[in-house]
Amino acid sequence: MSATTATTYDRAPGDSKAHPRSEAFVYAIGLLLAIVLTATSFWVANTSALWGPGVPLGLAVLAIAQMGVHVVFFLHITTGPDNTNNVLALAFGVLIVALVIAGSLWIMTNLNSNMMPSMDMMNLHGQR
Amino acid sequence: MNAAVAALPMRHDELISALDARQAPKRTVVAFGFWVFLLSDIVMFSALFAAYAVLVHATAGGPTGAHLFDQRNVAIETACLLLSSYTCGLMTLSIGSRRRGATYLFAAVTFVLGAAFLALEISEFASMVAHGAAPQRSAFLSAFFALVGCHGLHVTAGLLWLVVMMAQVQIRGFVPSVERRLLCFSLFWHALDIIWVGLFSVVYLMGVAP
Repeated sequence: MSATTATTYDRAPGDSKAHPRSEAFVYAIGLLLAIVLTATSFWVANTSALWGPGVPLGLAVLAIAQMGVHVVFFLHITTGPDNTNNVLALAFGVLIVALVIAGSLWIMTNLNSNMMPSMDMMNLHGQR
Repeated sequence: MNAAVAALPMRHDELISALDARQAPKRTVVAFGFWVFLLSDIVMFSALFAAYAVLVHATAGGPTGAHLFDQRNVAIETACLLLSSYTCGLMTLSIGSRRRGATYLFAAVTFVLGAAFLALEISEFASMVAHGAAPQRSAFLSAFFALVGCHGLHVTAGLLWLVVMMAQVQIRGFVPSVERRLLCFSLFWHALDIIWVGLFSVVYLMGVAP
């Protein structure tokens, strides 16, 4: 292992290998994509052209897409070998976030539907 | 036994030199550590998001999101934060090419856009409280103020940090330690924008969607 190998195999998150001028271009592409995705989100929330129950799902997909745009174009996280540490940390973070959000929603929805007093029970209370 | 003792120091030396050769530059180590902190911060936000998503219908007869949220205000806030993220990126480029004037310019634009975002958010909170939609009104509003307010506090901290960093650039110039802190600041600022994407989608747009 030589020093050069070590430097090519590690890159700080936020650092880019690109030339400064092309890096400005990368930020501009990121901004453009983010604006398009944000505008689409606002349009999806306000249009009646889409099926109502599908709107939250569409918004979630657009939000995740825009987060991906930010990670790639603003934070310069790539899938290259010099970014392995950054990507692994990110993957672990995404796993925990998904577990916390999906797990909470799942459990609380389940509890809600199980704890909802049924008509029979309400009648029993009424008769007592 | 003899062979092992003789072999051990050599192996140890080899190990040390191999470790030295593979030692990442301090910039990479610091930024990676900060990256891990940011991810843990995002995990904390995910708990607040989960609490909000669970409590969004627990309005206790009080106002709902559809009554409270002003989409025009949210759109302006979103534009401010997105543009400030872009100018923060341009500031990073100016630092990389050692242009001090451009660094100050983009830092100032980033600060103004971030401050505009914060001012809009504070005025939104103030008008909500004035209309009786304070955090103690319902579980929905408690979760809303905890989630959005926590993001607002992060933005406030980021603005203070930016001012401190510009003072450090002014006094110490582009020395490696200042550059590392500026890299961490830009990571922080971009991460705040990523959290805001989740926020305006989940809280505001899903809140007013038909």
